[in-house]
Amino acid sequence: MIPEVGDRLPLEPTTPAESFSALLRSRGVEPRWDFVGEADNVDPPEATTVLALRYPGGVVVAGDRRATAGNLIAHRRVQKVFPADGYSAVAISGVAGIAVELTRLFQTELEHYEKIEERRLSLEGKANHLATMVRRQLPMALQGLVVIPLFAGFDVDAGEGRLYSFDVVGGRYDEADYTATGSGGRDASLYLRTVYRDDLSEAEVLDIAVAALVAAAEEDTATGGPDLKRGIYPNVVVVDEAGYREIDEALVATSARSAMGAS
Amino acid sequence: MTTPFYVPPEQLMKDRAEYARKGIARGKSIVAVEYDNGILVLGENASGTLHKISEIYDRIAFAGVGKYNEFEQLRIGGIRRADLTGYAYSRSDVTAKGLANAYAQALGNIFTQEVKPYEVALMVAEVGASDDDNRIFKVTYDGTLFADRRFSAIGGEEDALLASLDDSYEDGAPLATVLGWAKAACSSLTEDGVAAGEWEAAVVDRTNGRRAFRRLDPAEIDSA
Repeated sequence: MIPEVGDRLPLEPTTPAESFSALLRSRGVEPRWDFVGEADNVDPPEATTVLALRYPGGVVVAGDRRATAGNLIAHRRVQKVFPADGYSAVAISGVAGIAVELTRLFQTELEHYEKIEERRLSLEGKANHLATMVRRQLPMALQGLVVIPLFAGFDVDAGEGRLYSFDVVGGRYDEADYTATGSGGRDASLYLRTVYRDDLSEAEVLDIAVAALVAAAEEDTATGGPDLKRGIYPNVVVVDEAGYREIDEALVATSARSAMGAS
Repeated sequence: MTTPFYVPPEQLMKDRAEYARKGIARGKSIVAVEYDNGILVLGENASGTLHKISEIYDRIAFAGVGKYNEFEQLRIGGIRRADLTGYAYSRSDVTAKGLANAYAQALGNIFTQEVKPYEVALMVAEVGASDDDNRIFKVTYDGTLFADRRFSAIGGEEDALLASLDDSYEDGAPLATVLGWAKAACSSLTEDGVAAGEWEAAVVDRTNGRRAFRRLDPAEIDSA
């Protein structure tokens, strides 16, 4: 008998195989933010500026710490840069509540796949999956609740760092050198364009990432610059051959002081 | 219509248990031993790709003996359960006890209700913040759940392995020493011993950070 279109082959799983999102959907518990009408009368906190740069050893991802709701500062110590898995990082901009939940789902998804299949997804596979997650948010985006992530990681097979940026419809773009998103993303990009070289060392690239956030904070009220009094500094992470690691706050503080011209 | 023969329930359970035990005895056994920073799980496995020992969650390792497709299905079920719980609540809410109980329920139901029982025995090992918080659970084909301390074994040669480990075990030994005991226990089961490179071993180690599970590479296993 020739199987008709739509017939299940015996090999196709009736329950989701390695996908955690599909598992949540099959149980009816995937995170959803359904509502009707415009989002004008809700003003959830938004995460602002994040950026990522490539350098010969890998990638650096950085984000400021401010979340805003309209013209108010909602939170001063928000984390916008997260580990996605051992070899990649995800940074978020847009509606913070949704973005943080999507990040948690993305992290679980990657680990779930890794445990079940006993291998990591390829870097491109991870980026494609994140693009699908952004695409699913399109109805929300049309209602005004936009989430735009950045994704960066070390491609173990190719031996180099790679960057991916996304748009609101789930478009995925390979970035060659640097990318920034969020309200101060444009200002950060303008700064990066003037100083970026493709032979930067890790120390230089860390300084540049922090300086770009400082530059964005100068022009954009929604971007929080380093707060020397309260000791709030940007989150900066590196993904290189050895994997994901967070940069020590003391080191970020030194970069921030020199970028702000403080001693 | 033919009248079914009456089979007394005792006989039925005995037959099923014997069937399952025979299936399990055909494979190699697995041992788990606590060391100063965690728990070592080790077994003989000639295949480098089809694992019997694997990661379930941050601090929890899984090991299965018997029929591969059956314990593989239980492994995946365990990962799903753990990831769902951890995502819905908190990562710290996923415990070996909850997981072992779920396995016991599942295997118990299969043993009594399915056409044939699963020919598997499982181990769930969780490393805690201190030695007292370590947990090693063992689930047999009929859903019986055991909680072991310090060391444990599953498979056809369980008793011999436990006797051997009982002789060598001491609290607070380093990994290299414990690896030696575990290998010696498994090797003592056969006359020829086990060839280098035919081991599979992993640890859940509290010094490894959030994901405590780590596979030991063959060089590390052979050096002990």
